[in-house]
Amino acid sequence: MDYRYTPEQEAFRQGFSSWVDKNLPEGFDPTKRRNFNTSEDLLAAYKAFQKRLYEAGYTALHYPKEYGGQGKTMVEEAIVTQTISEKCMELRQIGVITFGMAVPTIYTCGTEEQKQEYLPKIMDGTHLWCQGFSEPEAGSDIANVSTMAIKEGDHYVVNGQKVWTSMAHMADYCILLVRTDPETTKHRGLSYLLLDIKSPGVDVRPMKQMTGESEFTEVFMDNVKVPVENLVGKEGEGWMIAITTLMFERVLGDVTMATAYEKTIKNLISMAQNVKRSGRPVIENPLFRQKLAQHYIEIMVLKYHGLRNFGKTIKGGVPGPEGSIGKLLWSEPNQRITNNAIMMQGPLGQITEGSPWAIDEGAWQYGFLRSKGNTIEAGSSEIQRNIIGERVLGLPKDASRAAIKK
Amino acid sequence: MDITLSKAQQDISKEARRFLKKECSPDFVQEMFEDDKGYTDDLWSKIVELDWPAMCIPEQYGGMGLDLLDLIMVLEETGRALMPGPFFSTILLGAETIIAAGNDSQKETYLPKIANGEIKGTLALYEPDSGADPGYIQMEAKSDGNGFILNGTKILVPDAHVSDFIICVARTQPGDDAEQGVTLFLVDPKSDGITVSLLPTMDATRKYCGVEFKNVPVSTDNVLGEPNQGWGPLCRAMQRVQVAISAESIGGAQWAMEAATDYAKIRIQFGQPIGAYQAIKHRCAQMFVDVESSRSLLYYAAWAQDNEEPTAAAIAASAAKTYCTETFNNVSCGTIQVLGGTGFVWENEIHYYLKRAKANEVALGDPDYHRERILKLLSL
Ligand SMILES: Cc1cc2nc3c(=O)[nH]c(=O)nc-3n(C[C@H](O)[C@H](O)[C@H](O)COP(=O)(O)OP(=O)(O)OC[C@H]3O[C@@H](n4cnc5c(N)ncnc54)[C@H](O)[C@@H]3O)c2cc1C
Repeated sequence: MDYRYTPEQEAFRQGFSSWVDKNLPEGFDPTKRRNFNTSEDLLAAYKAFQKRLYEAGYTALHYPKEYGGQGKTMVEEAIVTQTISEKCMELRQIGVITFGMAVPTIYTCGTEEQKQEYLPKIMDGTHLWCQGFSEPEAGSDIANVSTMAIKEGDHYVVNGQKVWTSMAHMADYCILLVRTDPETTKHRGLSYLLLDIKSPGVDVRPMKQMTGESEFTEVFMDNVKVPVENLVGKEGEGWMIAITTLMFERVLGDVTMATAYEKTIKNLISMAQNVKRSGRPVIENPLFRQKLAQHYIEIMVLKYHGLRNFGKTIKGGVPGPEGSIGKLLWSEPNQRITNNAIMMQGPLGQITEGSPWAIDEGAWQYGFLRSKGNTIEAGSSEIQRNIIGERVLGLPKDASRAAIKK
Repeated sequence: MDITLSKAQQDISKEARRFLKKECSPDFVQEMFEDDKGYTDDLWSKIVELDWPAMCIPEQYGGMGLDLLDLIMVLEETGRALMPGPFFSTILLGAETIIAAGNDSQKETYLPKIANGEIKGTLALYEPDSGADPGYIQMEAKSDGNGFILNGTKILVPDAHVSDFIICVARTQPGDDAEQGVTLFLVDPKSDGITVSLLPTMDATRKYCGVEFKNVPVSTDNVLGEPNQGWGPLCRAMQRVQVAISAESIGGAQWAMEAATDYAKIRIQFGQPIGAYQAIKHRCAQMFVDVESSRSLLYYAAWAQDNEEPTAAAIAASAAKTYCTETFNNVSCGTIQVLGGTGFVWENEIHYYLKRAKANEVALGDPDYHRERILKLLSL
């Protein structure tokens, strides 16, 4: 066992790290939570930075060259994504679904034409993708999707509504889960389409979130035509494609996530050093010291658990349902961390961005609110525990749910 | 980068599981719980045959010179089986302290005999007034020109009643700073003036003793390492012990988690297995999350002891000690809840695990102590 990079990997890491320092956008301040005030500015910055990464050979390193990758290993890719999440996550955040879901799905299950058509334009920053799975009646129960796609000649006609679709208002394409066979229920009859979000009949309406921002949207589809060549896999395979292609990227995602949270812990420590309550730095308060240290430990756990899974995967292991652990290991601690950050600030804990008394420009207040989404998005905590209970430990399904399945 | 266990490590683990299944059954553990000696010579000699005591002793002293991570493979299994006896005290509290603190001739004298199973030993650290901080040492050792005279009481000394040597931690300069003026002494428990008595503790699968010292002379030859400088090396040794006890805890937690899950599949109430109810299913799932994530931290912490710079290694040891022993406690408690009344009876082994979990959690610095220590190590 050896947790260290080889000398070559370390040299690569240092090379990329100094590349990032030289290639950040003008005036970009990595210590600020937000450098861009509008989603247009953010999108433009994402695309420009992605283009630079691509031209310098730092995109999708573990994918083959013919699809815009670099033909290297997951280790180099992890080094790149970790460095980005340490230095400029804001420039990558909106691409998480693009690279974590669209890319692996198209690469693993797409046709040669689909790969040629879509992957290079993702890699060089031309296109941003979003994920249209959830619907008003299909949240955790994602197999209940009712958006219909009926084949008519050389295209599908799509009708229905998606909800909580992150970044659809900025995206160019959408990975879309639809029902192609109205006669079947649940998993059977679901298919996977690639939707040009600018197609006629698509109406994207941003939704205001509890943070005050609009990260996600509602997407309405009214007689939208999607060419049949945009079907991924076969009709009826949508469910299988949706759940099986994402495991590898999740392993990478957990490693990247750990780097992001190490940075959060650093920020929490400096906040506790800088902020005084009743004349004394918060860091001297023994109760907060205990909590701070516990958060430090939990993020170590996230990091080394992520690395252990990553280590298995790069040695040829196939990640399975135990990957649900990683989701729980960041989403739940993040809620505790941001909550305690506010409690450390005492009565000032409710002051938000814009006030001279806002601590760290209100970053913790934003973080506290945003963290509430963490245990819901990408499979809620309850769903992760169901997966672990049933698919890893082999515990039986609840009788009522087992009956529905039949 | 290679973050997987080697084939050899996996083999050690499998072999240990097989061995303990045969030689350390739940009935045997129960019997040893009631027994004052707490182990059998037969079990000890079989462990020696497997070379377990030699694993982490350097080759020049008759050992195998393996890494802590290799030994962790065994300790997860001894923890799982709740293996009784002086193995942990001898090879960790005893041998690791001698390796970290001893001079060459002391190592020559003790280590080869530990490696070949000839002698057993332990560490006398805690005192009646000790708190969570193991550095609060008040027992006095007075210099008398030729050597030192020990007087005082040590408690919670594991396996002192069957030990051939005890490393006694005592104060040779007044004060309450462990960094200054603490000395380690090698003593023979059979010497005049030493009285060893068994202490009743919750976890009787590991015997703890009180050790009374009344005017016990110790020659300067038996000062382990340098006088007044004992705390530094002791801390280095203790870090490895903290990782070791984390491994034992995760082995125990793994057993408890499996017990809960197995039972949840077969116990029927209201017409279905209780594991179908989410209150039980999610509890079991959380146990799995806790055990697996603890194990990930444990492996890193073990690797760190042999490979990372000192501060990072110390932080890793404290983090593992905190997280893994808390996991063991939480999982044992959760398992009892899943087992219902069945988990509350003496005949069910789960209570031995809970008792071991509690003992491990409060030993060698409790979680609060280690959390504070992490911040100190980060210069906060
Ligand atoms: C910030 C954010 C971004 C998102 N981005 C996207 C996106 O880009 N694309 C997309 O498709 N979706 C997205 N989602 C949607 C997300 O995937 C769903 O919100 C999620 O799957 C839960 O569905 P729901 O909101 O309908 O809640 P429900 O499924 O109605 O769940 C409500 C509560 O019931 C619990 N529950 C449900 N079923 C069970 C069960 N079987 N056992 C126990 N408890 C259960 C849930 O855990 C939850 O606590 C996003 C959500 C958020 C919060």
